[in-house]
Amino acid sequence: MMGDDRAILREIWEGRIPVCFTLSKDEVETEKPEPVFIMVARQTYFPLVTERVSKYLAGYVDKEKCGEMWLDYDGQPLKWHYPVGVLYDLYGNMGTGLPWKLTVHFQNFPEDELLRCTNRDVVESHFMSVVKEADWLKHRGNVINGMQKRDHKNMWMGLVNDKFDQFWPINKKLMETSEEEGFKHIPFRIYQVDLPVIQKLFRPVAEDGQQHCLEDLLKFALPDLDNDKWKVLLQGMEVPLSTPVHWLSEHLSYPDNFLHICVVVPNSGDVSVRW
Amino acid sequence: MYFISVNVLLKAAGDAPILKKKKYTLERNKRIAYISTFLSKLIKLESGESIFLYVNQSFAPALDSEVGSVFDCFGSDGKLVLHYCKSQAWG
Repeated sequence: MMGDDRAILREIWEGRIPVCFTLSKDEVETEKPEPVFIMVARQTYFPLVTERVSKYLAGYVDKEKCGEMWLDYDGQPLKWHYPVGVLYDLYGNMGTGLPWKLTVHFQNFPEDELLRCTNRDVVESHFMSVVKEADWLKHRGNVINGMQKRDHKNMWMGLVNDKFDQFWPINKKLMETSEEEGFKHIPFRIYQVDLPVIQKLFRPVAEDGQQHCLEDLLKFALPDLDNDKWKVLLQGMEVPLSTPVHWLSEHLSYPDNFLHICVVVPNSGDVSVRW
Repeated sequence: MYFISVNVLLKAAGDAPILKKKKYTLERNKRIAYISTFLSKLIKLESGESIFLYVNQSFAPALDSEVGSVFDCFGSDGKLVLHYCKSQAWG
């Protein structure tokens, strides 16, 4: 099943978002720095790509008040531990177009909303933890626990260095299933603006043996969802609701092995729709 | 399945002190971060020390996930077992 769809895996991996980073104007000490533009991989995490941005922009902030860097989009602090593509689909996609304009801060860290990220090791242990969690859902942890430490490291370095060919040979093992069995559960999370993340146990196959499709998953996790009002984004795409979730899990999961599904209002300019 | 609270059993691992009271009932919408905060106080964590929480003695749930959804996915026999330790035991 996997071989034929390798082209899709690569397309997903190569998804990029043009991002413009501007230092918060309240934090400029004297001279205003130029904004920084980067093509950011959808599959990565911001702390892995913003080290140079941080170094450059921090030079324009009062040293005494310069703390850990954090980002916001239109006043919404962005969680570094969500993949970049998830943040964009959730908050940026309905906004004012590309490049995605983010504000960089070094002051007033929003403790209540964001986790601290002091260095890359924090990102690595977060990432590996989510991969393990996904494997618990899919294979009761048997695949990830059977791997060598260096496989974990290679997977991580594949993500850090944006190397598809380093990442996928290992990730493939996490996606394998025996013919008749399939994944035990589908690792998925559903995101909506201002609401808690939804994660539940969901089997890829119904009791009558039918493959569950994306629509079944949505009905199960969000019984009240009105499809006409909402847009469902997976890796930035509106996927046909009849797509089997097992196939989606194998092909459209992020590197952390979770399907991250964003449910958004098509014209979020009109906030009243949400309330 | 959808009770308003969930039962959480906290088990020490590694060099972490064992709690006198191990079973707690928490509202579903409490975050995992809430558990690490109150646990840090209970075991009198010193500044510079950290607490790590694990599910299935394997992975750390995200600090901002809700206890209810971690329970739904990884609870068994009506409770969610979390191991805690002062260093990264599994990881």
